[in-house]
Amino acid sequence: MNNGLDAHIPAGPIDKKWDLHKFESKLINPANKRKFEIIMVGTGLAGASAAATLGELGYRVKCFCYQDSPRRAHSIAAQGGINAAKNYQNDGDSVHRLFYDTIKGGDFRSREANVYRLAQISEAIIDQCVAAGVPFAREYGGLLANRSFGGAQVSRTFYARGQTGQQLLLGAYGALCKQIEEGNVTMHPRTEMLDLVVVDGHAKGIVVRDMVTGKISSHAGDTVVLATGGYGNVFYLSTNAKGCNVTATYRAYKKGAFFANPCYTQIHPTCIPVSGNYQSKLTLMSESLRNDGRVWAPKKPSDKRPPGQIPEDERDYYLERRYPSFGNLAPRDIASRAAKVVCDEGRGIGDTCLGVYLDFADAITRLGEETIRERYGNLFDMYHKITDEDAYKSPMRIFPAVHYTMGGLWVDYNLMSNLPGLHVTGEANFSDHGANRLGASALMQGLGDGYFVLPSTIANYLATQAGKKVDVNGRAFKKAEEEVTNRTKRLLGIHGKKTVDQFHRELGLLMWDKCGMSRNDAGLREALKRIPALREEFWEDVNVLGGGEELNQSLEKAGRVADFLEFAEVLCYDALNRRESCGGHFREEYQTPDGEAKRNDAEYAYVAAWEYVGETSAPQLHKEPLEFEAAHLATRSYK
Amino acid sequence: MTESGPTKRNYKLRVWRQKDGRSQGAFAEYDAKNIPADASFLEMLDIVNEELIARNEEPVAFDHDCREGICGTCSLVINGTPHGPNKATTTCQLYMRHFADGQTIVIEPFRAGAFPVLRDLVVNRSALDRIQQAGGFISVRTGAAQDANAIPIAKPAADKAMDAAACIQCGACVAACPNASAMLFLAARVSHFALLPQGQPERTQRVLKMLEKHDEEGFGNCRNHYECEAVCPAEISALFITKLNREYVMAEIKKAVE
Repeated sequence: MNNGLDAHIPAGPIDKKWDLHKFESKLINPANKRKFEIIMVGTGLAGASAAATLGELGYRVKCFCYQDSPRRAHSIAAQGGINAAKNYQNDGDSVHRLFYDTIKGGDFRSREANVYRLAQISEAIIDQCVAAGVPFAREYGGLLANRSFGGAQVSRTFYARGQTGQQLLLGAYGALCKQIEEGNVTMHPRTEMLDLVVVDGHAKGIVVRDMVTGKISSHAGDTVVLATGGYGNVFYLSTNAKGCNVTATYRAYKKGAFFANPCYTQIHPTCIPVSGNYQSKLTLMSESLRNDGRVWAPKKPSDKRPPGQIPEDERDYYLERRYPSFGNLAPRDIASRAAKVVCDEGRGIGDTCLGVYLDFADAITRLGEETIRERYGNLFDMYHKITDEDAYKSPMRIFPAVHYTMGGLWVDYNLMSNLPGLHVTGEANFSDHGANRLGASALMQGLGDGYFVLPSTIANYLATQAGKKVDVNGRAFKKAEEEVTNRTKRLLGIHGKKTVDQFHRELGLLMWDKCGMSRNDAGLREALKRIPALREEFWEDVNVLGGGEELNQSLEKAGRVADFLEFAEVLCYDALNRRESCGGHFREEYQTPDGEAKRNDAEYAYVAAWEYVGETSAPQLHKEPLEFEAAHLATRSYK
Repeated sequence: MTESGPTKRNYKLRVWRQKDGRSQGAFAEYDAKNIPADASFLEMLDIVNEELIARNEEPVAFDHDCREGICGTCSLVINGTPHGPNKATTTCQLYMRHFADGQTIVIEPFRAGAFPVLRDLVVNRSALDRIQQAGGFISVRTGAAQDANAIPIAKPAADKAMDAAACIQCGACVAACPNASAMLFLAARVSHFALLPQGQPERTQRVLKMLEKHDEEGFGNCRNHYECEAVCPAEISALFITKLNREYVMAEIKKAVE
């Protein structure tokens, strides 16, 4: 334990920790639960499931989201599936195997106790979802179907066509709707959190902006929960929704919460390549496609022949060649880097030469087009809509894109930040995926945190807070409101020449270039010089039209981009500090002779948690050492 | 259909502008110039907005988020059709290659009494959330569920429930309906649960409560125009409305008998 960073991991053998912890956790009697008010920001899987469950337990919950409906949070876009150690396929799966795959998948940079707990509750998540009416895919016998995902050699992924995220979110949203109807949860859609309010060292409220009227107001509670997702849009182009942003977690960071492992960003290998500079976002093609699709590139550089004219022996099925035991189901970080290597060698395909093929010809020959259509029809349709190409006839063109962020606010075993009273769930926290997340594990973590972990652990904090209500008209709230109002005024008063999007694009390109799929010392140092300059230019030359007291989408974007322009530095500092390669963080200086990530366990087997210490100083590093008892540190290999 | 033509195209836009819910709105005309055929419809609007800002004119407000056709946030009535000309496609998944060079494109908000305009092309669709809150769920306490495989569900029934559950709650069905009815949305929600064994205990009260809320929110009745089915980006079949009617009649009978 270092600098007060105590993860509060319970004692005992790993498979008993969660049970023992639940038993030792504080309980709050039903009559007293009504006296506690919980502020929940975000309504994706982690937020909606927690808000619903906490409301059901009897707490009073105030729930906020920037979307016009809680059901639209970006969890909805998850395509492929959700993992669980059910072993319904009798293929050797178990809680321990899911735990081990996740630890190994995360390149031994996650906290063992959290990951084991996640694997344990994975089964109850599926039970809960089915009971709530989630229409998972089924076999003809009526039982649940499974498929494989990257980084695993068992079939443990449950799915609902290509829209597992929407169906799981509808389940959690349904539960939330019931609690809203019963009056236990008050819902505030189209409301954006712009600051966290800390009273006497505890997170006790938030300042929000009503996105329709522009009204700035405060909400006080006994604890604040952030379930506000990841920060992938710091790269501008990503598979995130346009509205996804870092503001809530970054504001909490500026108020004292530590930001952990921000350099762990996931670049997903199978996205549709960029087609032009007008492009506003990137679209993922589900990892499930790699169950049947084969990834390849031409062996010859600059081979401009159409794919159909490149004979078999002139194709390089590079994942199958380099990783024979996992093949096309190599984990995301490895598959992405392998695509980059191919393109760096000049073997990339398409107009931009930044792409590789994902080919279904063999699967169609083996299984027939109908089977492929049934499995992936909606994905092939989406690919056709975007590219105007028919993937049944010619292979898909794919390229890696920013997809998910493993880093997030630091939390202990109770999912509470170092800042007392602030809880963080889902993608917004850092806890379970280490340096790389395995496919179909984000949904598992979001729902695990929301349905099962937080509703149990939150009482440990609340039980200490009886009779400690804060006044929403108190000084801390007024000060935070004033700061938010002034910032809004400042943004509207610059009247510069460049649009918010221009700045966001510029930042994104810089981050992709210097802190994307591979990083090095010189590049990161350059980024750390250029980001402050860009930020300065933003505050002098951005043009945000319209007023503060109205629906103003430019103003919303401006506030978010302003925060990305600060947060990007924290990300680069973390990437610079971590002089090793692990998972999604690849430092060119640290690789094996065959180009694999080279970890440095002796010096870097820790969580890097960054503390804000002022606008002009570099953030301060705190370390939480990672100890491995159940899974032994080993070189991660998928060969 | 893809419209052949140059890779960069020009359009005349007629866009609905309205300051807020209390103000009168009107159409404004803009030129959309040098639009790549591979840009999406919303990217075309992004380009137009960037040019408006450069001229110090306020950009057009429109709802959007995931831009991959699943969140249901984007809307727009394009040349008279909610989500535009392509079948089974949300506005965000519509590409400019489907619009001929030189074409005039009319862009309006989803119009319905129950969807008040907030600004320009942004409308308030929270009435649909309130219908959900009236009963669009299965009541199951967290942690109280039995093993997920305890109740087998025949694949055809599960598939059909999934067909209904695919609704993205965008509200295009309402915008397309001459009666501004939300019956296709309601039918999808009610059918999804009615088709699953888990949905049975609340089946009767669910349809009654949700339908009551639907009417209370000011949505009209279904008169079998099928406009909803034609524009639905999630391809929800109007046959689910038949099922909704049946669910409703059965529920009323049950109520009367009990």
